Amino acid sequence: MAEFKHKHIIALRDLSKEDIEMLISTAESMREVNSRDIKKVPTLRGKTIINLFYESSTRTRTSFEIAGKRLSADTVNIAPSNSSATKGETLADTALNLLAMKPDIIVMRHAVSGSHYFLAEKVNCSIINAGDGAHEHPSQGLLDMLTMKDRFGRLDGLKVAIVGDITHSRVARSNIQGLTKLGSSIYLAGPPTMMPPGVEKLGNVTVCANMKEAIQDADVVMMLRIQQERQGKTLMPNTREYSRYFGLNPDNIKLAKPNAMVMHPGPINRGVEMSSQVVDGDQSWILKQVENGVAVRMSMLYHVCGGELE
Amino acid sequence: MSAEQTTLLDAAGVRRALTRIAHEILERNKGVSDVVLIGIRSGGVFLANGIAHHIGIIEGEAVPLGAVDITLYRDDISGQLPHQPVGKTDIPFSLEGKKVILVDDVLFTGRTIRAAMDALMDYGRPQCIQLAVLIDRGHRELPIRADYVGRNVPTSLKENVQVIFDDNNQPSEVVLEK
Amino acid sequence: MSLLIKNGRLIDPSQKIDDTLDILVENGLIKQIGKSLQVPADVRSIDASGMLVVPGLIDIHVHLRDPGLEYKEDIVSGTKAAVSGGFTSVCCMPNTKPVIDNKAIVSYIINKAKNEGFCNVFPVGSITYGLSGERMSEMGELKESGCVAVSDDGKPVNNPELMRRALEYARGIGIMVISHAEDLELVGGGVMNEGYTSTELGLKGIPRVAEDIATSREIMLAEYTNSPIHIAHVSTRGAVRIIREAKARGVQVTCETAPHYFTLTDDAVRGYNTNAKMNPPLREAEDMAAIKEGLRDGTIDCIATDHAPHHIDEKDVEFNEAMNGIIGLGTSLPLSLQLVRDGILTINQLVEKMSCNPSKILNLNRGTLSPGSIADITIIDPDRQWEINEGSVASKSKNSPFLGWTVTGWASCTIVDGNIMYQVTGN
Repeated sequence: MAEFKHKHIIALRDLSKEDIEMLISTAESMREVNSRDIKKVPTLRGKTIINLFYESSTRTRTSFEIAGKRLSADTVNIAPSNSSATKGETLADTALNLLAMKPDIIVMRHAVSGSHYFLAEKVNCSIINAGDGAHEHPSQGLLDMLTMKDRFGRLDGLKVAIVGDITHSRVARSNIQGLTKLGSSIYLAGPPTMMPPGVEKLGNVTVCANMKEAIQDADVVMMLRIQQERQGKTLMPNTREYSRYFGLNPDNIKLAKPNAMVMHPGPINRGVEMSSQVVDGDQSWILKQVENGVAVRMSMLYHVCGGELE
Repeated sequence: MSAEQTTLLDAAGVRRALTRIAHEILERNKGVSDVVLIGIRSGGVFLANGIAHHIGIIEGEAVPLGAVDITLYRDDISGQLPHQPVGKTDIPFSLEGKKVILVDDVLFTGRTIRAAMDALMDYGRPQCIQLAVLIDRGHRELPIRADYVGRNVPTSLKENVQVIFDDNNQPSEVVLEK
Repeated sequence: MSLLIKNGRLIDPSQKIDDTLDILVENGLIKQIGKSLQVPADVRSIDASGMLVVPGLIDIHVHLRDPGLEYKEDIVSGTKAAVSGGFTSVCCMPNTKPVIDNKAIVSYIINKAKNEGFCNVFPVGSITYGLSGERMSEMGELKESGCVAVSDDGKPVNNPELMRRALEYARGIGIMVISHAEDLELVGGGVMNEGYTSTELGLKGIPRVAEDIATSREIMLAEYTNSPIHIAHVSTRGAVRIIREAKARGVQVTCETAPHYFTLTDDAVRGYNTNAKMNPPLREAEDMAAIKEGLRDGTIDCIATDHAPHHIDEKDVEFNEAMNGIIGLGTSLPLSLQLVRDGILTINQLVEKMSCNPSKILNLNRGTLSPGSIADITIIDPDRQWEINEGSVASKSKNSPFLGWTVTGWASCTIVDGNIMYQVTGN
């Protein structure tokens, strides 16, 4: 029988196809718990989970918190008042202080790519990455894959278009890593200013010249959030022009397959990367993504608790 | 398989045992009214199918069938590395007021049954829970007793009892491994 | 006080000598070189059989962190690291606290080095006051008090008008300007080389063109003002090409690279290794190949370490928060000898790049073993295998990406002004 042997989940790059399939399969079972009247199982009773969020995120933090509570773990949320290690306590010191409280799992979001590997060297509990810089966001990647599997029953052979700021997107990286392992083809589109060098080598990735090429005959169209504060002043003229070339609307979505699904990691800028008609339209699976988020995170929490020391 | 094996029941023996259990369930519950069968994954589910089949033949009426996965309710989860994949619990009906017949293949320490009962309680409040097992091999660690037993088999702790299923999930044999 | 070094393979490119010769040192000067020199019995002698005897190695780019940042390194520990790596002279960069932009600081460094140090220390003053990039420092006074060059190393002089004037003014004074060539706007918030590895790791990249553009600007200004310029720590294929072309045109440009740029690529950053974080960053395989070719064809004049000690607390942090730089004095020699073993340089060329050329570029009056010259000598055991680890690193700081490497070649004896300042004892 396949076994999940990782103590931490930091990046889908570090996981095998079998690991990812198991996380998705367990998430499907967890979904049943979420559909009951009594949405709670005793699995992680007595375990302590610390949600350490250096970047604010209502959605992901709440989702992890609910996931932990449904597994009967005690969950504590910590949001350090500033995210810069140069001011205040260093991450290493914070970690040691948290360790004194004997957590079993630390779920962390941090602005610096790779911080979780650093943290994992300092502590003896499990680490789950809830997003690190522009590196990875494994729980988002897994819930996206679960949602695609819900729609198509498989991931193998799907054409997945990802449109937006790939350079700064940890969501895109986790999806590229995971989907490649599970046999999907990824087509990327975005302004060249937002396309990182060598991205086609990250997996089964094709970089497209424009958005049309990427979404043509796609099974999945995944739109990324455009954040003016991330993209700064030099990557695009403004959101108006961006949406003209890289926004999803009722017209260009017709290029995708008729039964294509539309996804977005949220929060959505309506009228920028997606028009409201598409967000609220029949092909939108955005709310299903959110729903699947809890089940996927329950699966992650469950499996890292059984992981051996790496 | 290197271990020495003794056959406890062959396919026909299993079939006879399940038929008898089906009769006993009907007798004790005076028919199939409010009776539901829930198998414990994975062996118990296949046996519950078998019992339901015999009840259907005897009574000419189908009993509702469900499956429970007890992984999330195990009491040894902390010490168990790595964690097993979680199977699906599938109970497509309300348990409220039902007479639940919980079905498992081998009754041993009783811990699996404890976990299954905890799981069932999270789905509602049944009128009662009865336990049907194909083999009772003894060595209980909890105060649990089966209502319907296919066969009692005295065993030592070193031995292992296995119900073997064929490719169609039909029980083909029960073996004792030493 | 006399010293005889006998039976070594004496390599002195300044005299075009490569032969088994003895060398006699007297009163801090080279007295005589020749076959089987006869000396009185009481003269101390070193048997250098199987060793290379070369003009003392010179590192024109180190950070000694003294004054002000002695928790990372100081003049004593830094010069100790230098002699243990075979260096007899180092040039220390001005980003100390306070900055080397006045006579008092220069004198402090020179005196401390003279009284407590293990090798020669030549301070490099700042181009601008306080490294502010706003106003030229008093280069005349800096030179008179002992600075051998000026540089704002650590950052570029962003204002091209100021850089132009600094080059002109320095030419009048007769002091070399060393440029940290980097366009800060292009660097942005980058923390490693921009390329496939930065894409995979999700770290913000520093494009090669940030160095290429700045190198071009410095060369154009040097050409326009007819002034010499030295480009520090060249790391990109573009910069090598630009410098090669400029030299062919007759521009007075010299340059250096550091051992890590011909030994490592940005692959070393994988695992978010902060000991592989430096500025300029480790580049890609194509750049490493171009650096080697630049060394081979003479485009790159010398090897300098950019020895940049940092305290463990400044490296044992998240990648973005970690300080830039690695130590290099203890590891430069074996890593550079690899160029000889790989057939990229002859041993003579390597000695040029680690001794003769650095001396020439900054007029240090060293880098030779000719009779009458200062007796700075390095004796190298080229075949000695050893492991780089925290114990073998003499520097106060241990921030090296080479920890755990087994390398070949080390300095077995380092002689400064005729005095043995370092010698491997025992086996």
